[in-house]
Parts: sequence; structure tokens; C-alpha cells
Amino acid sequence: MRETKYWIWHLAAGVLILFLLGLHMAIMHLDSLFGAWGLNPSGGEAIAWNNVVARSRMAAMIVVYIALLGAALYHGFYGLRTIVFELGIGPALQKAVTVGLWTAGLCLFVLGAIAAIAAGRL
Amino acid sequence: MPETSLSNRTIDVYIRRYNPERDARPRWQRFTLAVARGMTVLDGLHRIREEQDPTVVFRYSCRMSVCGSCAMLINGRPALACNTQIADVASERLTLAPLPNFDIIKDLVPDLAPLFQKHRAVQPYIQRADMEEVEKPTGEFYQSPKELERYLQFAYCIKCGSCMAGCPTLAADPEYPGPMPLAQAYRYSADSRDSGFDERKVQAGASHGVFRCHYAGECSNVCPKGVDPARALQLMKRELVLDYLRLRRKRCPASVLRVPGEARRNPDVPAPPPYTV
Ligand code: SF4
Ligand code: FES
Repeated sequence: MRETKYWIWHLAAGVLILFLLGLHMAIMHLDSLFGAWGLNPSGGEAIAWNNVVARSRMAAMIVVYIALLGAALYHGFYGLRTIVFELGIGPALQKAVTVGLWTAGLCLFVLGAIAAIAAGRL
Repeated sequence: MPETSLSNRTIDVYIRRYNPERDARPRWQRFTLAVARGMTVLDGLHRIREEQDPTVVFRYSCRMSVCGSCAMLINGRPALACNTQIADVASERLTLAPLPNFDIIKDLVPDLAPLFQKHRAVQPYIQRADMEEVEKPTGEFYQSPKELERYLQFAYCIKCGSCMAGCPTLAADPEYPGPMPLAQAYRYSADSRDSGFDERKVQAGASHGVFRCHYAGECSNVCPKGVDPARALQLMKRELVLDYLRLRRKRCPASVLRVPGEARRNPDVPAPPPYTV
């Protein structure tokens, strides 16, 4: 049943990435529209330093960044695990790969989450 | 073999020969074959064996697409030798090789033992708490036409292994059960007389199970019986997901219907003929 669980989360992460990445792209490229919503408070381009800092301080954007990070890490690492499994490795190695990828993914997630929260204090 | 008319057409038949006990690697051997109208690949192989080389090895039994023994790679595509007419697939050159993704026993004969092992592993039979009723039936299990439709096309599978030969996931991962066993796992789990899903989901939902399917769809493309194993795999995924989310409808397996003897015959339906045996 664990595989079913992993797969469901893989799909859910994919949907979340689609939504959050879409949001990210929209914020980056539709600055005139999102600027009006207070996402580009300094005006001008979305990637201008002042706008980036302002967005990094918004609690909602911190949540978006962390959620996108978690979803992307999970989705990507599950895909990597699938590729490695298809090399025909035995159950012991499968377990080691799963534990290794979970550990690496969690470390990267914690690191990224700290960075996102720290950026809020810029 | 009755022949209606000889077309006088001669083609080259390349057969992949291999005897693992003697040969380092497979080799191609060329034969010339006079093709008659209606001649199947299996007929052609018999003709070659009778007239040119009695050592060519191939497997067959029913000659009518029922037993699944004669599947081989015909011009690079898995198919049954007994229901493939040479005229339909070759005008000048026909290549015959054993099914890929299996070890070769000899020439055109693949070792299907792993296929049957994987098939057995998914418990391809009706399972229920009252197994004595299955062993010694006192009546018939009720099943509506709609319930039958849920699995009927998957029950047409003859275990020929063509889908396994066409599956790229199986080619990369020998642990993967393959389309046929997984489709059969679904076929029995979808049967309203069965309650063995909980046993089968262990195999189907394992790390090398149904979630490794890449949707290549080649299994359904090559199936000589028109079965759609790729669809069965996706339906099995749906069952596993619904089961994990506790949304899968638990159903009691069909109950025994003991009424036929007591039921009144519809006057529009003629009575069956008397038993002859
Ligand atoms: S699903 Fe089709 S191709 Fe696969 S074993 Fe059954 S009959 Fe053969
Ligand atoms: S000989 Fe039986 S399926 Fe071809």
C-alpha cells in the first residue's frame, strides 16, 4: 500500500506544482495585473529588487514558496526513485534508495524553508 | 493443409535460430517459401520444416488463436503465427523471431515460465469466504450483464505473452509483473463474484507493480484478442487509489442463486434440447 500512497502524493504534488508554478509565472510576467494586487508595491518590473523583497516579506508568499518547494522536491524525488527502481535493484537497495531520497529531500526542504523564512526579514 | 490456389509468389523467410546449448548468439537463417493464398505464418513454418529444415523449432497447439502457444515476433511485431496470414504482413520478406522480454528455449520458442509465475502471483481465480460453494456448487452465483461487462473483455486473454513482449517497462524492469498478470489482477478484482481484492492489491500495488506502467499502450496495440490490458492497468490504479482513500465501494460477493429449477419459463423462450450426455 505504501506505493499507492507515494503515487497519490506524487499526483497531488504535480497538481500543486501546476497551480503554484502558474501563479509564480503569472506574478513574474503579468506585473501590470498583479501589481494592482499589491504584489509589486514599488511599481515597475516584478523582478525589481524592491518588489522581490516586498513579496518575500508577505506571509502568503512565504507559504507559496515553501509549498512549491515541498511539492517540487517530492515530485522530482519520487520520479528519480522510479527511474532508479527500474534499473532492477533488489528490495534491500530499494529500501536504501527510498530512505536516502527521503533524507536528502527533507534536508533540502528544511534548508529551502529556512531560506524562504529568512528572506522575510530582509 | 488445403490450398485454394497457389499464387506462385515466393518470399524470403528469415528465421532467427538459436540453441542456447550450442550457439554463442542467435543467427538469422534464410529460407525461400512459395506462398499460397490463405497461408498463415504457422502454415509457412510447417512447410519449411517439412520441405527444407526439420530442425526449425516453434510452438503451437490449437491453430485457431485459442491456446496462445504460437506467439512470436512477426516482422518485428508480436503476433500469433496461426492467425497471421503471410499475405497480410509480407510481400517479399518475412522475419520471424521469438518473443522478446523472455529467455529463448530454442529458435522461436520463448520460455514463458516467468509469465505463468507472475500470473499465479496475482491469484487469478475467484476468491471468497465460502470457497466450498465454488468447489462444490449448489447453484449459480448471480451476476448481472452490467457486472459481467466490467471484466468481460479482460477474460478473453489467452495468455499468449504478446503484450509482455511489447511492454517497454518490462523490457527495462524484469521485476515488473507486466500487462497480462496485472490485467488479470483487475479482471478478477472487478468480478462481482470475487472478494480477493485485498490479497491482489499487495502484488498489484507493490513497488514494481501497476504504478510502474508508463502508459506506452503497446500491450493493447499488439494484443491479438483485442484485449486492452493498458486500460485494465489504469482501472487497477483507480481501484488502488480509491481503496487507499477508503472510497472503494465494498461489495459482498455475489450470492448463490438457487431458483432456476423453480422459476417459471418465459413462454417466448424455447425450452433447451434434451441432454445428450
Ligand atoms: S492481454 Fe492479449 S496479448 Fe496479453 S497475454 Fe492476453 S491475449 Fe495475449
Ligand atoms: S496455435 Fe494456438 S493460438 Fe496459435
